[in-house]
Amino acid sequence: MKPQTKQKIAFTCLGLAAVVVIIPVIVIFVILIDKGISAINWQFLSTMPRMGMRAGGIYPAIMGTVYLVSGTILVALPLGVLAAIYLVEYAKRNWWTRMIEIAIVNLAGVPSVVYGLFGMGFFVIFFKFGASILAGSLTLAIMILPVIITASKEALMSVPHSFREASLALGVSKWQTIRCVVLPNALPGILTGTILGISRAAGETAPILFTVAAFYLPRLPKSIFDQCMALPYHLYVLSTQVPNVKESLQYGTALVLVGMIFLLNLVAIIIRSHMRSKKQW
Amino acid sequence: MTLLANKECPVSEKTGEMKPVPDRANKITVEDVSILFGEVRALNHVSFSVKSNEILSVIGPANSGKTSFLRAMNRMNDLDIACRMTGSIRLNGQDIQKEMDAEDVRRKVTMVFALPLPLPMSIFDNVAYGPRRHGIKNKRKLAEIVEKSLKAAFLWDEVKDRLSSSGMKLSGGQQQRLCIARTLAVEPEVILYDEPCSGLDPISTAKVEDAMFELKKRYTQILVTNNVKQAARVGDRTAFFLTGELVEIGETGKIFTSPRDQRTQDYITGRFG
Repeated sequence: MKPQTKQKIAFTCLGLAAVVVIIPVIVIFVILIDKGISAINWQFLSTMPRMGMRAGGIYPAIMGTVYLVSGTILVALPLGVLAAIYLVEYAKRNWWTRMIEIAIVNLAGVPSVVYGLFGMGFFVIFFKFGASILAGSLTLAIMILPVIITASKEALMSVPHSFREASLALGVSKWQTIRCVVLPNALPGILTGTILGISRAAGETAPILFTVAAFYLPRLPKSIFDQCMALPYHLYVLSTQVPNVKESLQYGTALVLVGMIFLLNLVAIIIRSHMRSKKQW
Repeated sequence: MTLLANKECPVSEKTGEMKPVPDRANKITVEDVSILFGEVRALNHVSFSVKSNEILSVIGPANSGKTSFLRAMNRMNDLDIACRMTGSIRLNGQDIQKEMDAEDVRRKVTMVFALPLPLPMSIFDNVAYGPRRHGIKNKRKLAEIVEKSLKAAFLWDEVKDRLSSSGMKLSGGQQQRLCIARTLAVEPEVILYDEPCSGLDPISTAKVEDAMFELKKRYTQILVTNNVKQAARVGDRTAFFLTGELVEIGETGKIFTSPRDQRTQDYITGRFG
């Protein structure tokens, strides 16, 4: 067989693989929009559920997810970035840092339901937070920490070593070097990792199942020690726990959830491309 | 000897002003310095001194220890955990390992690297980077420092209309002079050059050398170079390193016309290295 023919076959296979990857995404979107769009209107987005969730809106679930996601960022972003800075810039290569790194990799592989059980045992019961936004956010934060740490580490390591030397050679301290040279240049990568983690947190059901999610709570939470509804759990409830729910309501909820995650990712892409355009190396 | 040098050296530490030093007092004293990377010996019992306001050229083939020696002068070797140093290096009579902070040493003894390394920011910010980190916030003062430093590095005329454009968009030679300006902005006493012209064309090289001549009035400079001719052009004195040992150090004219050691003779005439 001629090399050119081989190449054509290879390119065709590669192209097919790429197409196969996007087909499910398109199908999901088409089905969700087809069946769910009829449910979506301003009332659906901005009012409380009524009649045992068979009518009315999903406002508290949307807000609950927003609260949970905000709490998760607030905890996971600083913790993850600081840990990554320590591991990349300060930690010596020894068995202790290797242990930490192995722990992080393993943490990433733990099933989300286990995080849910851990959150219940640790935050809800041991720390007596009760089922609350605080406990839920902390659980989600721990779940996405490995994602944020790994992405931040990669981003920090991709900043050329020579930048650090150039700064240190001027008598600038190590921390100032990290703050003024390394971090600004690592920020796009860190943000990407964070938003990937956040969209995972926004969509997970299992970790919030025992730690925060309310089955039916037609009001907004009053404090971080209050329970709240959340979109993924609400969707699960609508689909399996409540009889005689209009199908469009279920698909509408799913569409809102997917739309929110899509929007988050879009924000990440915009921030990143904006920062890349300013990047000069 | 170092005590004597200390008394003779009138650089005012308190005011931070760098007045030209008329006498040739010892700025840096290197005593019995050895450097090891793990088990590999990079520098072997080296002793000599560098006088104020002179340019010392350091030549030698690859692996002769000249870069390790240079990086020891401002404690950049500290960044490599495998590196160990014995002996002492004194700046104005102070032991840089025992009596000074690494940041303090690096601010007084700054370094220009082989490859131009502008930071990914504007020309202005590049030069203002050091002073800003050392606590100068006043905008007028910063602008003054930037102008002064760029002028001293012979770059001002070429970039004065585009100070806000990226330092990385300059040509190689301009980038290297930007790096020199950046080191001047922190008002050092000694400037170390690690093969600063290895990536530059002859015209850019000449401009960098011009800058070095001009800077002699205020600074002590040490130039590590692979270019023997450059060492001869620029250096007041020249040191020749070979496999971690200081073979010979002396007036540049003498080294290049009548070296005492046969190995120096062989190296500068291009017989090896």
